[in-house]
Amino acid sequence: MRRRLAGISLLGVLALTAAACGNSGGGGGGGGGTQPADGPVTITMWTRAATQAQSERLVQEYNKTHKNQVKLTVIPTDNYQPRIAAAAGAKQLPDVFAADVIFVPNYTSQGLFMDITDRVAKLPYKDGLAPSHMKLGTLDNRMYTLPHTLDLSVWFWNKDLYDKAGLDPEKGPKTLKEFAQHATTIDEKLGKDGKVHGTFFGGNCGGCYVFTFWPSVWAAGGQVMNAEGTQSLNDQPAMTDVFKIYRDLYEKKATGPTAKEEQGPTWTGFFPKGEIGVMPMPSTTLGLMPKDMKIGVTPIAGPDGGESTFVGGDSIGISATSKNADAAWEFLSWTVSDQAQVEVMAKNKDVLARTDLANNKYSAEDPRVVLINSLVAKGQTPYALRFGQTFNDPQGPWLRYAREAVFGDVSKLPQLNAEITKSLQQ
Amino acid sequence: MTLTINRTGRKAAHSAPSARWRSRKVQGWLYAAPTAVIVGVLFIAPLVLVVWMSLNRWPLLGQATFNAPANYTKIADNPLFVDAVFFTLKYTAITTVVLSAAALGLALLVQDRKPGIGFFRTAFFLPGAVGFAAAALLFYGMLNNDFGPIDPMLQSLGITDEPVKWIGTPNMALFSTITLVIWRFAGFNMLILLTGLQAIPTEVYEAARSDGANRWQVFTKITLPLLRPTLALMLILSVTGSLLAFDQFFVFTNGGPDNSTVSMVMVVYRDAFFRFDLGGAAALSVVLLVALVGLNTLMMRRLR
Repeated sequence: MRRRLAGISLLGVLALTAAACGNSGGGGGGGGGTQPADGPVTITMWTRAATQAQSERLVQEYNKTHKNQVKLTVIPTDNYQPRIAAAAGAKQLPDVFAADVIFVPNYTSQGLFMDITDRVAKLPYKDGLAPSHMKLGTLDNRMYTLPHTLDLSVWFWNKDLYDKAGLDPEKGPKTLKEFAQHATTIDEKLGKDGKVHGTFFGGNCGGCYVFTFWPSVWAAGGQVMNAEGTQSLNDQPAMTDVFKIYRDLYEKKATGPTAKEEQGPTWTGFFPKGEIGVMPMPSTTLGLMPKDMKIGVTPIAGPDGGESTFVGGDSIGISATSKNADAAWEFLSWTVSDQAQVEVMAKNKDVLARTDLANNKYSAEDPRVVLINSLVAKGQTPYALRFGQTFNDPQGPWLRYAREAVFGDVSKLPQLNAEITKSLQQ
Repeated sequence: MTLTINRTGRKAAHSAPSARWRSRKVQGWLYAAPTAVIVGVLFIAPLVLVVWMSLNRWPLLGQATFNAPANYTKIADNPLFVDAVFFTLKYTAITTVVLSAAALGLALLVQDRKPGIGFFRTAFFLPGAVGFAAAALLFYGMLNNDFGPIDPMLQSLGITDEPVKWIGTPNMALFSTITLVIWRFAGFNMLILLTGLQAIPTEVYEAARSDGANRWQVFTKITLPLLRPTLALMLILSVTGSLLAFDQFFVFTNGGPDNSTVSMVMVVYRDAFFRFDLGGAAALSVVLLVALVGLNTLMMRRLR
């Protein structure tokens, strides 16, 4: 009897182990399992929380109008890169996944995306696809991704606070110096009780710095890296002049006391509360602002003028391990079709993934959207193979550099800039 | 016929213990087998895989290429890891001392059975029931300068004039993290020490008191020596846990400010999941494992 019991328990453990080991294809949003050829296919998709609203709208509309279905999983932005890495290592990537466009060169070089060159070539509107996203999704003349969402950095100003501070509510700043003046005025006039601040930025967030500070460098005609993305030019006057202006704002306490500690997750949360006069914001948040709030939108400028933007957002591709490539492509190509771009994206004031549709029936209703759409051609998306580990990673060299430049010891900058270059070349 | 029977009988009598022994041996193996399979699949196999990974350049997708010992030799060139080693050791030393003192203090406070003592024991232990990552997030919210309730409370009581930068400077970030760890683990360690305290026979205390020993003498000459095995267990748990610290720094301080609170495991995580250097991360893990095994062996010998 005892022997039988022991035998049964051993068999049980083996069965459990086998089940645990063999369960890799099905659950967890993996890309495994082939679907029956004639039935509808459900593909899995991952996106990050930062662009969740746009992805959800696209998926909802697609699921409503198509036989094939998309099952969307939204992952917290901070954990997105590690989740992709872990899933790739375990060959558990979903059928399609969106990724921050600046990480795409690294992902393509790691072989995470499927080559879709031939499929893209057949799209009648392929020349209208957002050029910066297409450039970063191309490796050795092969294409791997399509633009998914576009998120541009622009300055938002609060017209009510401008009015109360005696500034012209209809005129936003045209230069970074003017931006600083406006922020200082609002802080001096309205910031006495500590609730209203002139401006705000993510002072402990590498990604926030590149998204909001770099456009001022580009607007002034400068560059932050060489074209190959292997050398940092952040020690050049074009960048250090921008840092100086923000440093001055922080020292005057016009930035809000927590700017130095802001790690990123909440940096866009203060403006909609009506607490900030003027600040750089992601264009995707325009549609999420309180309806009764009067907001002006203007391009980010350099210290003495010019205008530019960081063309961020997500690209999307089919994972290299997907077994549902055809169904995945059906969804991907639909997301950049006229129908999806105009009736889903433009209708919700989002920037379009296609430049040929920039002027459409919805964008014309709001001049701010027209302005944002027009910036796509003027902005930049920096290219570097080691972008994430250098600029976004909280332990990367860029955040140390930016924090010393704005809050700390500027004599350390040359050495820290060399660290950035070293990281880019790893 | 009789002889035959006898022979057979003798043979049977002779071979019975051997057959039983064999059968018991097989049974023993079978009883051990489930555990052996679990240990093999969940512990030995991943360990072997990590060691193998550390000897290779291991991409996210595609073929690994053997590159030993490159992943090990480059560790010294990783300034973040070298800094993290010093920081983690400092954190371990402070945490272990403060945590042990706090846990021992709590255990002494609640060791006697008095009315209502159950309430205090439960209250001290309760933070231990909160998940560690959740506790770190809770502290992040409580101490947040924008929306946390602690700063307004301190200001309204007149203790501080302006919001305290709880994680704004390296020293404050370390202090706040250690406070979190003490809050979360003191009750659990108290429980461990309480079992040790209650295992000390009351007669020993009575004998000491009748010999005229004062409270301090009882504590240093009776309680501490007899508590030694339990203290050793707590120390090993605390040191090992602190050297493997991750959640509190990842969630609460995010390694900041300015990389001042980056623990060793955070560097492993960064190398694996931000830099996609799986081989390098595996090498760091192996080094960490060897150091931990060595340190624990040393501690067990010293504290036995």
